[in-house]
Amino acid sequence: MANPLNERRVISVIVLNESSVLARVTSLFAGRGYNIESLTVAPIPNSSMSHITIATNGSPKVMEQITKQLHKLIPVYKVIEHEEMVEKEMVLVKFPIAENLSDIAALCGAYNGGIVNVGKEMVIAQVADEPLRVQHFIEAAQRYNPCEIVRGGVVAIER
Amino acid sequence: MQMSGAQMVCEAIIAEGVKTVFGYPGGAIMHVYDEIYKQNGFKHILNRHEQASVHAADGYARATGEVGVAMVTSGPGFTNAVTGLATAYMDSIPLVVISGQVPMSLIGTDGFQEIDAVGISRPCTKHNFLVRSLEELPRILKEAFYLARSGRPGPILVDIPKDITVDIGEFVYPDSVNIATYKPTYKGNQKQIEKAVEAIKTAKKPLLYIGGGVVLSNASEEVRALAEKTQIPVVETLMARGVMGAKNPLLLGMLGMHGNYASNMAMSETDLVISLGARFDDRVTGKLSEFAKYADIIHVDIDAANIGKLVDVDYPIVGDVTEVLEVMIPLLDGVNTDRYQAWREILKRYDALHPQSYVDSDEVIKPQWAIERIGELVGENAIITSDVGQHQMWAAQHYPFDRPRQWINSGGLGTMGFGFPAALGAKMAFPEKTVINITGDGSILMNMQELVTAAEYKIPVINLILNNQFLGMVRQWQTFFYEKRYSETDLTFQPNWKALAEACGGIGYDVTTKKEFDEAIKDAIAQDRVCFMNVMVNRFEDVLPMVPSGGALFNMMLPPKIENKETK
Repeated sequence: MANPLNERRVISVIVLNESSVLARVTSLFAGRGYNIESLTVAPIPNSSMSHITIATNGSPKVMEQITKQLHKLIPVYKVIEHEEMVEKEMVLVKFPIAENLSDIAALCGAYNGGIVNVGKEMVIAQVADEPLRVQHFIEAAQRYNPCEIVRGGVVAIER
Repeated sequence: MQMSGAQMVCEAIIAEGVKTVFGYPGGAIMHVYDEIYKQNGFKHILNRHEQASVHAADGYARATGEVGVAMVTSGPGFTNAVTGLATAYMDSIPLVVISGQVPMSLIGTDGFQEIDAVGISRPCTKHNFLVRSLEELPRILKEAFYLARSGRPGPILVDIPKDITVDIGEFVYPDSVNIATYKPTYKGNQKQIEKAVEAIKTAKKPLLYIGGGVVLSNASEEVRALAEKTQIPVVETLMARGVMGAKNPLLLGMLGMHGNYASNMAMSETDLVISLGARFDDRVTGKLSEFAKYADIIHVDIDAANIGKLVDVDYPIVGDVTEVLEVMIPLLDGVNTDRYQAWREILKRYDALHPQSYVDSDEVIKPQWAIERIGELVGENAIITSDVGQHQMWAAQHYPFDRPRQWINSGGLGTMGFGFPAALGAKMAFPEKTVINITGDGSILMNMQELVTAAEYKIPVINLILNNQFLGMVRQWQTFFYEKRYSETDLTFQPNWKALAEACGGIGYDVTTKKEFDEAIKDAIAQDRVCFMNVMVNRFEDVLPMVPSGGALFNMMLPPKIENKETK
């Protein structure tokens, strides 16, 4: 798994917003043995296209193949291999209400987020930041006994 | 005009100029078959297995260069067609396969004969469609034919739910196609072509490496002109046999695992590979790190994903081979052909050292002799199809192919059972030509039900069974690499081939001598019925030369050297 030649890359795939297009993209990755680290997809406003963001890894040769093979799919309009990008990921974390809420709020604040929902037994915090910082936040949050963590997958936009 | 979805399917097939459709009816496709019954724009051939229908459409497409069409029902009808789709996909053959599907309301309910056809066929089609409304059916049919034949060709599946074939709606078949996300590149980059030309002019040992893309692009004339003008030697892949013509003095032969000595040595020693429509398949390259080790590489391919996939390329040119060569050839005006003279001499000596040869025999028919003999008897007038195994390699090595599309075989997927139905497709396209399926006693049984199809429609193809009572290629590997443990490859238990053919309405010949061979083949050509020609050949004959799997191309196992005049 940890091949030193393997580099993490983020790819944006602009596709026709039609049925089974996501299956075409993911089955290409599965069929050709490429990794998907995270994947997000949503329609592009005011267009017939959708934007798929895929975080993956592989050697430069594999990355070149991924890009070319994606481009070969008929409903794929454009493939962007990000170089200079702004990359963000969101995470939602549920904490017991008995934890120190001001500590949690301060921690979330440090990572560009905050408490977004308070229930009878739980609070929900939200953080949106770079994937590595999200990882750090999740590690830091461990001491407050999180009972559920949901990561959203990365989205990226070229600078 | 108002019509049903089923009628639209027939109208589209007629509008695309398809003369023959191969298929098999069933529940979900019955409305379309009802319309087929009523029309006379195309002929329908009822194969006896859906796999054979797709292979037959494939053979039709390979022989003509046109899109082949097959039609199957849902569920098992479709799953039987999958091997045919995959075969066409691996060799980039333009097909449109139309499958029935359960009605829209039943999709996802595990209905009778329901299977996720687009899901299963996704990795073995160029593209596929599940039709979701009658309104989009004409556009999808138009796009299917366009996608099949444009760019890098390939098979397209159109899966149509039964209720859509029943619904009535307005039919206007589109004149043109506009898919915003699909724009194949035909024209090569001018600067890159100029750079490649400079590389050719400065090379000392250039080599033309010709693949199946040249056949698909109908670029044979251009390739011959390029070789003629530059006097650069040529090697062909399995899929390109016939492009140069067997008599062309610049043709070294086929390269790869069963390539001849001169071709493989040429690839090992060249300083410039000019790859045209070839994809550096592992059966061609052998050990990649030793492949064309001293060469720069020019790679012309219509599929950008093929370039740099396996070997690093110095001069990538994405485009259609014909269009690229139309630009490239004039740029080579005044090329100094003497420059490559020393190189041609070296290769000539290599060929003299180990020519493509075998030891003939008077006691038993050698399979290589049988192939050379039909070459002598029917030669360029025949279309040769093949199944997969030793006979396929011997045919590729020894048949004197004169033109592209004369040689039809499953190269990429290696599908046993391909040859007979493909021969039916080729014969339907060219009834005046002799069509011979060179096959083995293993492969032929994988689609032998087509005897009935061939007999019913009077499609007189010749099945030349080179019978060694083995799954010969596997047996050969077992001899070389598994200490002669012949695990499940002994086919000594055999059908009565003559009786089998006769039982299905064909003709059978049992052949054990050269004299019988000549008599049988001449008789078979004159007959208007399908035949099995069972030719008993030397049991333990090996396909040589051979590059062991994963080895370097220059490390070949060679046939024994023979000095007597029996050497061919």
